[in-house]
Amino acid sequence: MPTGGRHGVRLLRAGDLVGRFLLAILLTYLGLLAVTFFIGRVIPIDPVLAIVGDRAPEHVIARVREELGLNKPLWEQFGIYVMKVLQGDFGRSVLTSNPVMQDIRRAFPATLELATLGTIIGAGLGVPLGVWAAVRRGRLPDQVVRVMGLIGYSAPIFWLGLMALVVFYARLGWVAGPGRIDIVYEYTLTPVTGLLLLDTAMAGEWQAFGNVLSHLILPASLLGYFSLAYISRMTRSFMLNELGQEYVVAARAKGLSETRIIWRHALRNAMVPLVTVIALSYAGLLEGSVLTETVFAWPGLGLYITNSLQNADMNAVLGGTIIVGSIFIGLNLLSDLLYRILDPRTRAR
Amino acid sequence: MSASETASDESLRAWLLSDRPRSRRQAFMGRVYGAWRTFARNRLAMAGLAIVVALVVIAIFADRLAPYSPYIGDLRTTRLLPPSAAHWFGTDDQGRDILSRVVFGTRITLLVVVLVAVLAAPIGLLVGTVAGYSGGLVDGALMRVTDIFLAFPRLILALAFVAALGPGIENAVIAIAITSWPPYARIARAETLTIRQADYIAAVQLIGASSWRIVLRHIMPLCVSSVIVRVTLDMAGIILTAAGLGFLGLGAQPPMPEWGAMIANGRLYVLDQWWVAAAPGAAIFVVSLAFNLLGDGLRDALDPKGTK
Repeated sequence: MPTGGRHGVRLLRAGDLVGRFLLAILLTYLGLLAVTFFIGRVIPIDPVLAIVGDRAPEHVIARVREELGLNKPLWEQFGIYVMKVLQGDFGRSVLTSNPVMQDIRRAFPATLELATLGTIIGAGLGVPLGVWAAVRRGRLPDQVVRVMGLIGYSAPIFWLGLMALVVFYARLGWVAGPGRIDIVYEYTLTPVTGLLLLDTAMAGEWQAFGNVLSHLILPASLLGYFSLAYISRMTRSFMLNELGQEYVVAARAKGLSETRIIWRHALRNAMVPLVTVIALSYAGLLEGSVLTETVFAWPGLGLYITNSLQNADMNAVLGGTIIVGSIFIGLNLLSDLLYRILDPRTRAR
Repeated sequence: MSASETASDESLRAWLLSDRPRSRRQAFMGRVYGAWRTFARNRLAMAGLAIVVALVVIAIFADRLAPYSPYIGDLRTTRLLPPSAAHWFGTDDQGRDILSRVVFGTRITLLVVVLVAVLAAPIGLLVGTVAGYSGGLVDGALMRVTDIFLAFPRLILALAFVAALGPGIENAVIAIAITSWPPYARIARAETLTIRQADYIAAVQLIGASSWRIVLRHIMPLCVSSVIVRVTLDMAGIILTAAGLGFLGLGAQPPMPEWGAMIANGRLYVLDQWWVAAAPGAAIFVVSLAFNLLGDGLRDALDPKGTK
């Protein structure tokens, strides 16, 4: 077959793949919006009554209903809803009276900072631990990693957070308490990225940097521990799979050192599915931060959603849900795409 | 006497392990026995089973086992007492005995787990088997819906549903069930796809059985075991989600002795009176650990590719 033709076929395949991905994103996203739209519609509180009160005369109710577009057919309302969401318009929060998008933009960096550091801790420790467990299969290291994983799967994160606060903050005084930064520093700092570690480092405020780190380290380690539980377990099973392959036997026969075989050959192949796992656990941490942020009074997206929930502020709740859902969908598809790019076997066909 | 007893034991064993079961019941019992033998060898799984059985027993006899009332405490004399011989886990801000509340909390936890399983597993089974057996457009549509639900963050979605339905234990159960059926549908579909090709399905089709009959009577029963394993593995997650909703004030409402809500209450005093939050959290931990161990053991025992 002429190479040009093959190239063309490959391009076509790639185009097909991208097309399918886009369709999947579109459908999933529409599904997400349909669910939030549905939730917004089935709330027992009538949005009209919420605005005008239940003593308003009939014609006022009718007018407000028309202004809100509630007299249109449901599919048309859904269309309008989708258009608004695509423009980043989630309506106003009742609680803060800001547009929801503005609130979310302010809260999001806090969550991002927490989840990112958590994932770095989780992957940085979880991968080596998983490799260690796989290499020493059935022996003490394997058992230790297994128990750590089981605890991570079984303990309620909010409870572990509370107990960690009692021990490390109240009793030992090793870390700072709830919140992101001490109030002393809060107003001297001009937010640039909203990621306080970066902001303080860029401003050269090392004292404030230390304070931020001292606030961040406990919730981030906690989230890191939970992703470690998942990542180490998956790493172990991927590594066991790789170490049983023939190329490992061949490498041993060739006389390569065991370290080299494990870290350079086997782990490299295990990394392909691991990237997916790490991306998924990152998405999971964004969600797990809902409970963690409540415990640590962390002013992020999770706390915003729960606060709004407790005040029946539906615009804010649904806006937050859509944002977290979109990131979730994005990371899911990204990990799927990465898998295809990294694994040469899926590329060739 | 003992000789005849061992003899009957032996014959029972032979009957169970027979290669040629005479009846459906014998074949079924034989399979259960085989799985049980694998399961019983796994010490951790047995520990998990023991804890779950203990949980059920405690839930049934909660009113006899609890030393005090879970709802009424003495505000004058027993408020926020540390753990002691009289109150093993201490008392809370209402003067209530925490041990009694934890004991009664087993009922709520069990109720939530059972209800979610009863609601979500059949939905997943039905969607998965129907999609797998029909194929084509039905399969595509059902699996797309499943994927959409799988792509959502579960806790956040449950939060949004509870926000719409209003806080309360029933709504928490519904919200968790709505968000937990998709994995079961995936598993049931995968199983159905392999079963669909089997000769006996072709035979049943030839006899003229309707599609519904085939799905309900001949395919679904074979998917049940893998779904049960997955449900057991998910139980820990269900307990944690329910407790999380309770902690956020969206699940069971006070004064119900729900463990998550108890932690939320204990949070107010946690820096000085740590025991208020410690005991219910430990209870959640032990129970979900037990379900994790049990689920792992079940998976190993029922996995057809595993040890036989």
